[in-house]
Parts: sequence; C-alpha cells; structure tokens
Amino acid sequence: MSSPARALPQVSARFANRARWHPLEYAFWLCALASFFVMPGWHLILTEIAILALFALSLDLILGYAGIISLGHAAFFGFGAYVAGLLAKHGIITEPLLALLVAGFATMMLGFVTSFLVLRGSDLTRIMVTLGVALMLREVANRYAWLTGGADGLQGVEVQPLLGIFRFDMFGHTAYAYSLGTLFVLFALARRIVHSPFGISLQAIKANPLRAAAIGIPVNSRLIAIYAVAAFYAGIAGAMLTQTTAFASLAVFDFDRSADLLLVLIIGGTGYLYGGPIGAIIFKVMQDYLSGLTPQYWPFWIGMLLVVIVLVGRERISSWTAPIRMLAARLSLRGKPAAEVRRA
Amino acid sequence: MLTILFDGIAYGMLLFVLACGLAVTLGLMNFVNLAHGAFAMAGGYCTVVLVNRWGVPFFAALPLAFLFSAAIGFVLERTLYIHVYRKSHLDQVLFTIGLVFMSVAAVDYTMGSSQVFVRLPEWLQGQFNVMGVGIGRYRLLIIAICGALTLALQLILSRTRFGSRLRASVDDARVARGLGIRVNRVFALTFAFGSGLAGLGGALGSEILGLDPTFPLKYMIYFMIVVTVGGTSSITGPFLASLLLGIGDVAGKYYLPTLGSFVIYTIMIVVLIWRPQGLFARGAAR
Repeated sequence: MSSPARALPQVSARFANRARWHPLEYAFWLCALASFFVMPGWHLILTEIAILALFALSLDLILGYAGIISLGHAAFFGFGAYVAGLLAKHGIITEPLLALLVAGFATMMLGFVTSFLVLRGSDLTRIMVTLGVALMLREVANRYAWLTGGADGLQGVEVQPLLGIFRFDMFGHTAYAYSLGTLFVLFALARRIVHSPFGISLQAIKANPLRAAAIGIPVNSRLIAIYAVAAFYAGIAGAMLTQTTAFASLAVFDFDRSADLLLVLIIGGTGYLYGGPIGAIIFKVMQDYLSGLTPQYWPFWIGMLLVVIVLVGRERISSWTAPIRMLAARLSLRGKPAAEVRRA
Repeated sequence: MLTILFDGIAYGMLLFVLACGLAVTLGLMNFVNLAHGAFAMAGGYCTVVLVNRWGVPFFAALPLAFLFSAAIGFVLERTLYIHVYRKSHLDQVLFTIGLVFMSVAAVDYTMGSSQVFVRLPEWLQGQFNVMGVGIGRYRLLIIAICGALTLALQLILSRTRFGSRLRASVDDARVARGLGIRVNRVFALTFAFGSGLAGLGGALGSEILGLDPTFPLKYMIYFMIVVTVGGTSSITGPFLASLLLGIGDVAGKYYLPTLGSFVIYTIMIVVLIWRPQGLFARGAAR
C-alpha cells in the first residue's frame, strides 16, 4: 500500500502517458494530409466531412467528456454560420480566418449565456432546453428576414480570398485545405483540453457530479466553461460551412442536424476525440451511398441504424475500434506493465 | 377574443389527448419517448385511408384509429421498447429519434409527402354564432370528445383498481412490485392505451394540426412541453399545461404574429428554469 505522497508522481506519470501522441494518431493525420494530394477530385465532400468532424468534436466535448445530452447543438452551428455569413455579406470583416474567429467567439458568448439553462435539472430538462434554444434561434432567423433572408436563406455572401491570397475555388481545393487545417488546430487544442487537469475533472463530473463536488471540483463553473468551449467549436464549424459554400440557410438550425450529429458521434464512439472524425467519415460515405440509392428516403436507413445501434448496445458497436486502440496502446506503452496499458 | 379562447381550448384539449400517454410513459418508466408523435401520425393516416379511400363513416373511423395505434404501440412495446427501458437516457433518445426518422420516411414512401385532410361530414363544417362568438362545429366536437375522454381518464385513474395500480407504480415502481403489482404489465397496457389515445388525437387533429409525414418532428416539442411543464405525477398537470399551451399558442399567433411560436418556446424555457420538475409537480424528486 503506497502513501498518497508516493502515489502522486505515479498518477501524474500515468496521465502524462495518456496525453502523449500515439503513433497511430500521427498516421491518422498523415492520412488526412495525404488525402489532400491524393484525392483532389473529392475535395468538396472531404470539406463537408472535415466540417462535420469538427461539429461532432464539439458535441463530444460536452457529451462524451462532461455528460451533457444536447438535442439542440445545431443552435451553435447555425449561429456561427449566420454570424460568418453576415460578416462577409456586409463587409464588416472580410478576411475569412479573422471572421471565423469572430464568429467562433460570438458563438462562445451564446454558449456561455445559454449554459446557465442546462446546469439545472435532469437529462430530460436538458434535452428540452437545448432543443428549445435551437428552435427559438431558428424562429428568430426565420422572422427577422430583413437581416437573415428568412426562409430564402442568406444570399449574396461573398467570401474574400483566404489571407488575401488563396481564392475559394469551385473544386473546393482551398476550402478543404482551410477546413482541414482548422480541424487539425482545433483538434490539437481539444486534445490538450481533455488531457489537462481541467479535462480530467470534467470526466470526474460526468462519472458522478455529487462526488466530484465533494472532492472540491467546482462542478457548475466547469460545466459552464466546457459548454462555452463546445459552442465555440460548433460556431467555427458553422462559420466554415458558410464560408466554404457562400450560403447560409435555415437548415443549419434543423433538428435533423442535431440528431444526425448524435448518430455521427455514436458511430465513432463518445468520450474519445477521434470518435468525431471517424464517425464523420463513415456517416458521410454512408449518406452519399444511401441517398444515391433512395434520394428521398435515406432518413429511414439512418433511423434504422440508430435503432439497431441502441438495441445491439453502443458498447458492442464501438468495440470494433478496440483492436486499433489496443494496438495504439501497445505501440506507445511498449515494455510497460500490463496494468498500465488499460485505457480508462 | 372569445373565439380565440374557444379555439385555444379546443387546441389545448387536443394536445392533452395527444400527450397524456407520454406523460404516463415518462412518469412510470422514466422513459424519454420522442417517438410519441409517430403513433399520433399512425392514427391520423389510418383515419385518412379509412374515410377518404374506403368510405368508412368518420365516427366509425375514430375508434378504429384508436385501435390501430394501440396495436402498433403494444407490438412495438413488447418487441423493441422493452429492451431499452434500462438503458441510459442518451440511448432512449437515440432509439426513439431513430423510430421517428423511420416512421417519417416510411409514411413519406407509402402515403406521399404532401399534406392530407380527412373528409369531414357536411354537418361538421362551418361555424355558428352564439352571442357574437364564432364557434366552429368541428372544434366544439373536439372539445366534447376530449372533455369526455379527460373525465373518463380521471375516473379510471382515481376509481378503478387498475387506476390505483397505475398510480402506485408511478409513485414508486419498486414498492409497487414488492406489493405484487405487475408493473411491466400495467405499463404495457398503459403504453398501448396511451398510443391509442395519441392515435385518436391524431385522427381528430388532422384538421387543426395538419397531417403530413413530418408530423412527429413538428409536434414533438409540443408534446414534450406539455409533459415537462405539466409534470408527470398526475394527469391534471399535463391537462392544465395543454390548455395553457393551446390558448397561449393560438393567442400568441393571433396577437403577435411577428413573434410566431417564439412565445411558446420562451414560456417553456422560463418554466423549466424556474421549476425544473414542472409547474404542477408535487416536488417529488425522481
């Protein structure tokens, strides 16, 4: 039995170990980089995947790490999309990267304000409130047509060249480089966040809020913080959608978008940062294939997939990534005692 | 003014019939069923097919719609839902959203995506005036049917043996089990009955709410508002909540058309912040 003082370096060494980049992670991002050069004809759909991955990453931060169920995450996505669209349309901030950041921070403010609504109550209340916020924003965007274009969508968005140099072309080359780069930077940041003491405290809150509070974690302020960060991510994702398509419509707020997002994350696995990107790839490929088969009715298959996943059990579904994860663990912890290899 | 109140009451009563099954499901099994609207849609389309295609009289179609939805509810409960009760809320949400998507696409495929209407008997159309208040005949009928249903429900719940079993199970399922009440069977019956009521509501409401394949998505939030605002511990709570919601929505759309359904969402969020257990809950922590 070791004393707490002796256990401390062991514990921090273990967390530091967990935070280290695995070789497979390098491989993943190298593949992503390679896709830019190898698949130039696919850049449009790859851009969509990158944006969806970022959006899913955002939901993972609150759902997988903090345990907040949200059915209205599209609220932030849509808000970011419209902010970016308005900034570009009225020429307030013309440089896309700067506008992206501004849209992100604006959404973060929205996330901060609405975070107080999700602190209280049970899962059901959270579901209702997040859903309600998304519907409300959609209604606002619909009603204030003089600003947002209402049901016709925000038209006449002209996106200036990136950094003043790279023009957004119709094949999506610039768009993909831009969204992939943003995804990577924000992913690295999210990785840093979830492996920091802050991120570990979030997982403690998810496991048991009461006990987390008892060991001195300020539960509410942590939840507010991560909710705002997640809103920032979602806002960026939305803003990128507007910038790469030069259009924003009410569909960005749709309930379907929030629901699909949950599916993306479930396919990829929650509480595991690569869940978002992997889920996004699978989802988009599947959507492309299914909507090719039956354009109008592909939601049926999406719904069926959700039902099947739940009935079979999410743990079993996500266990198909287990071999990869075990391989990753083995590669990075070669020669360590077996007890340390187990992922928490 | 009074016409709006009248329309609001009819609308609210309808919402109550649609949502009261959900209240019981949620209160009894703590199960988040977002697919409740799908049962209502099933009832609505059943009526449309019966009345418009096969020429069944409207009043004969209503009980058939009830039975149709109840049967679907019963089968789904026994085969699918039963596996999901013990899972987390996230799983329940995913599962029921999946069902909603499937039902929307399936109805779209079989019935077409455009809005459909039930052909009403002649004498139910139009409205008449009572002391300057325009009263729609059909809305009056809705109020009558839904009012009778509410009374019947209240009587069943408070007077019959089944009602007391149900109330006991909602209050504390574990103790109820210990007393020999077969909570699962009570629940299965209630689920089927609630689905049936939703189907009846859908059949009655196609005229007012409109019926197209996106019905479950469009009204999901309304049902959930009724249940969360009204609380799940009694049926009086959801009843009052539906009336409030109905009147509020009709009045809001009439007086503040620019704000639209904004009013409803705001009210819901404020109520949920103020009293997360619902306006009329007895404060029992669950």
